[in-house]
Amino acid sequence: MSVSVDRDQEFLQSVRRIADELAAPNADSVDREARFPRETIAALREERALSALIPVELGGGGVELRTVAAACFELGRRCGSSAMVFAMHQIQVATLVRHLDGQAWFEEYLSDVAAEQRLIASVTSELGTGGDLGRSVAAVTPEAEGDCTFEKQAPTVSYGEHADDLFVTLRRAPDAEPSDQVIAIARGEQGSLELTGTWDPLGMRGTCSPGFVVRARVQYAQVLQTPFARISAETMVPVTHILWSHVWLGIATDAFDRARAFVRAAAKRSPGEPPPAALRLSHLMSELSLLRAEVASALDEFVEASAQPGRERLTTMASAVRFNNLKIASSEQAPRVCQGALAVCGIMGYKNDTPFSVGRHLRDTLSASLMIANERIHHTNASLLLIAKEV
Amino acid sequence: MIEEIRKIVEDHGRLSVDVAQLAPSMDLYQAGMTSHASVSVMLALEDHFDVEFPDRMLTRSVFESMSSIEIALGELRGQAAA
Repeated sequence: MSVSVDRDQEFLQSVRRIADELAAPNADSVDREARFPRETIAALREERALSALIPVELGGGGVELRTVAAACFELGRRCGSSAMVFAMHQIQVATLVRHLDGQAWFEEYLSDVAAEQRLIASVTSELGTGGDLGRSVAAVTPEAEGDCTFEKQAPTVSYGEHADDLFVTLRRAPDAEPSDQVIAIARGEQGSLELTGTWDPLGMRGTCSPGFVVRARVQYAQVLQTPFARISAETMVPVTHILWSHVWLGIATDAFDRARAFVRAAAKRSPGEPPPAALRLSHLMSELSLLRAEVASALDEFVEASAQPGRERLTTMASAVRFNNLKIASSEQAPRVCQGALAVCGIMGYKNDTPFSVGRHLRDTLSASLMIANERIHHTNASLLLIAKEV
Repeated sequence: MIEEIRKIVEDHGRLSVDVAQLAPSMDLYQAGMTSHASVSVMLALEDHFDVEFPDRMLTRSVFESMSSIEIALGELRGQAAA
């Protein structure tokens, strides 16, 4: 027990150091130039943070999901884009670790991810599906010699050009239904990306997420056999929303910290009476607390449900509603906190070059409600609420 | 019971195949049932058989096929009779 606690603490400390020493000083240039946070990711590789969730017996860090979530939060406080790249990679790793079901190719692959600190990008969204990740157009297409190929029109692939490998959702076969999906991994040279769009967005600019046509030829062994629908309910959806929301909480927390620093500075200038912004800060604190509570309780529930035999509770509709709600609530609350911080700091927060600037925080968190559109999630929940009992 | 289930799946499952030809063990999701359609199937089953599926039964695996639905209904009705 104490060995693993130490390991987790050590991991978190090194991520904190990287957040302070590399993510923070580069955050503005990453944002301004919409460039990949290469210094931060290189340092995370050096600390072997990309394999944190991989079991020790496969050469990984054997770190708890709870600790990786805390790491997403810490990075989020310093650079939203770095945190989001880190979070997305960990989602892919968590998914493979929890669902490899003894498939030899995947065990070997995870060992390589650990040994070589390979960065994995996901290719889940697709043109022609109306934004529904539970449906695919592109299919695993059989070729000679146990190989298969696919071609997928992806409207966004985050850090696609900077990743080593691709994690792709596809229909199981050319004649499979759109919802009969599997995951395939394309390693390095096996996959190619043809750029189809540009990347000059409002926020999360360092995630470098333009559109691509993704083509690959892989072996059948690189297709995960467990149906994606099960993987999605048990792992991918909850882990995605948990790690994303930790990133957003990190960004919102830094915006709050900047607002607090602004109020303290004002209070020092005129001792005796609290500055007017102090009251606004107090209002803001309660908004941040709501966000914090939702993010923390969702993580607790997931960890508890994952520990149960067969992880049955995670496959229930009540569980789907719960983690969908985490996404909706946290993605709306995070920009609200950032906007509140802007109201506290006023022009000093609006300007991009003061210690109290929160423009980047606001822009970064405005992406939250678009990453899997909240309206789509509301549609799903609306339907699930008709039948789920205790939600 | 399986024929009653089949009728409900036919009316509410919005499958892309002919439900009359479907084996009871066939995977309904692979036959094109979406998660939205599965909710309609569940509601119709609750209504028709006058039962309520508890949350622990509202999973993909329970509604995966007509025979898995039959087992779940059997369990619920067994409890009601006991």
